[in-house]
Amino acid sequence: MNRLLRLLALAAVLAVAGCGKPDFSDAEKKTIASLALNALPALKPDTTNRFADVPAAAALGSTLFFDQGMSHDGNVSCSTCHKIDRQFQDDLPQAVGVGRTNRRSMPLAGVARNPWFFWDGRRDSLWAQALTPLENPLEQAGNRATFAHYIQKRFGERYERIFGPLPDLSAVPANASPLGNEAEQAAWKAMTAAQMDDVNRVFSNIGKAIAAFERSIEPTQTRFDRFAIDLASGAKPKADDAFSPEEMLGLKLFIGKANCVTCHNGPRFTDNSFHNTGVPPVRDLPLDRGRFDAVAQVQADPFNCFGAFRDGDAGACGELRFMVKSAPELMRAYKTPSLRGAATRPPYMHAGQFSSLEEVVAHYAEAEAAVEGTSEIHPLQLSDRERAALVAFLKTLSD
Amino acid sequence: MASLWRYLLAGLGLAALLAGILAIVYLTAPQSAPGPDVSRSKKTANGLFVASFQPERGVVKQGELQSWLLTLKTVKGDPVEGAAISVSGGMPQHNHGLPTSPQATDYLGEGRYRIDGLKFTMSGVWQLRFAISAAAGSDSVVFNVVL
Repeated sequence: MNRLLRLLALAAVLAVAGCGKPDFSDAEKKTIASLALNALPALKPDTTNRFADVPAAAALGSTLFFDQGMSHDGNVSCSTCHKIDRQFQDDLPQAVGVGRTNRRSMPLAGVARNPWFFWDGRRDSLWAQALTPLENPLEQAGNRATFAHYIQKRFGERYERIFGPLPDLSAVPANASPLGNEAEQAAWKAMTAAQMDDVNRVFSNIGKAIAAFERSIEPTQTRFDRFAIDLASGAKPKADDAFSPEEMLGLKLFIGKANCVTCHNGPRFTDNSFHNTGVPPVRDLPLDRGRFDAVAQVQADPFNCFGAFRDGDAGACGELRFMVKSAPELMRAYKTPSLRGAATRPPYMHAGQFSSLEEVVAHYAEAEAAVEGTSEIHPLQLSDRERAALVAFLKTLSD
Repeated sequence: MASLWRYLLAGLGLAALLAGILAIVYLTAPQSAPGPDVSRSKKTANGLFVASFQPERGVVKQGELQSWLLTLKTVKGDPVEGAAISVSGGMPQHNHGLPTSPQATDYLGEGRYRIDGLKFTMSGVWQLRFAISAAAGSDSVVFNVVL
């Protein structure tokens, strides 16, 4: 009698315990597997940059990335805003180079996998991206003629071993650029077409070297990835890798009711696309229309995939060729950022609008209308417990 | 002792009843709303052409640029040549258009047109609308692609 009761009690306990176990449907398991880092394919070659996988180019690129000499005032390098010990970002709402910019620095893990660069995609290759801050008056504030001279003086031998002989720059003005101040623009216009081409060639190779370095910056395995591997294989998670019930609920919401995975999909948690999600503008910053204005900028960039400085054939230019050039949904659309490591790098959004993940989740739950254009997100009933669970899950992408 | 067996029997009876109810509910529940028409071959809206739409390399991959083939035949089965094709579409559930601007880039013969620059950035129902203009007239067709 007693034994029977004990057996029944045991069965009841086991049944209840079973409910607390990861209870994911096959479809959910498939989605979780698609988010895990081991689903990330090998990095594809970049045929538009024939130095992309040349180690000496990456080494020079690394030197340039950290070199404050690559700026107008000698105090700013790529690493000023892309800090190596801070996921290659700077923890500021808006990046500060020579001046204060209007956008949040983006972290660099997996950056070489992007089809578009910057929050608005105004550049179409990693090497074309790397050139842009060099001449932005608020970032490195230099000009391409100065950079060409600087490379010759400081790194001439290293440069020539990778890219071949430097052009004769003796008659090139010290300061000149089509994008600079009035004097620099005038100096640029006074140059011969051959001189312009020479300077642009050296300048583009600076970008290609920096891009070669940046290709090595890849996302690393997190607690979520270990959990996902164990879930797929049915292995029992090791002590710290097991998800708490709260984290489990957060993951279920992320891929289910909260619809996060609609845009934050794949092993990098991004669809590499642009969306208006009603994120409000920051007061006092210049007008910012996101992707809407970036389309013309990437088309006008002489270093884009259709330009003369691309290596390889135009078959690599599909993204630019088939780009959406005008559509209402480009208004205030910004790139879906990767969520890997996001929990440890507030503030969030393209101009650091939100200071915590709790604020981000609240924004997506409340889904206020966009100030311009139409937000793609819709209000969502999420209890406090569910909001906290989403945040708890996001933290597993940083552990 | 005897009373315990009685309880057990009652428990079993209740469990069986519950299983029966669940089975009835499950079997008679309406099938989930019919999904979108995902056929890859169909008549165009006004019946001018028969269109079929297939991924050129056989598989649909999320997040990568890819090309598909649109094959156009007349109702009699003759290939439609020299058609002007424009592509539009989007995700009705999310109220947004396509993330790229696909185009008909090549004519491959036998009524086959390469539609290049397609990209499906998220899972869900994608709608692709082709406006077709050829010697026989103008017509359109919509294909649903579910990821």
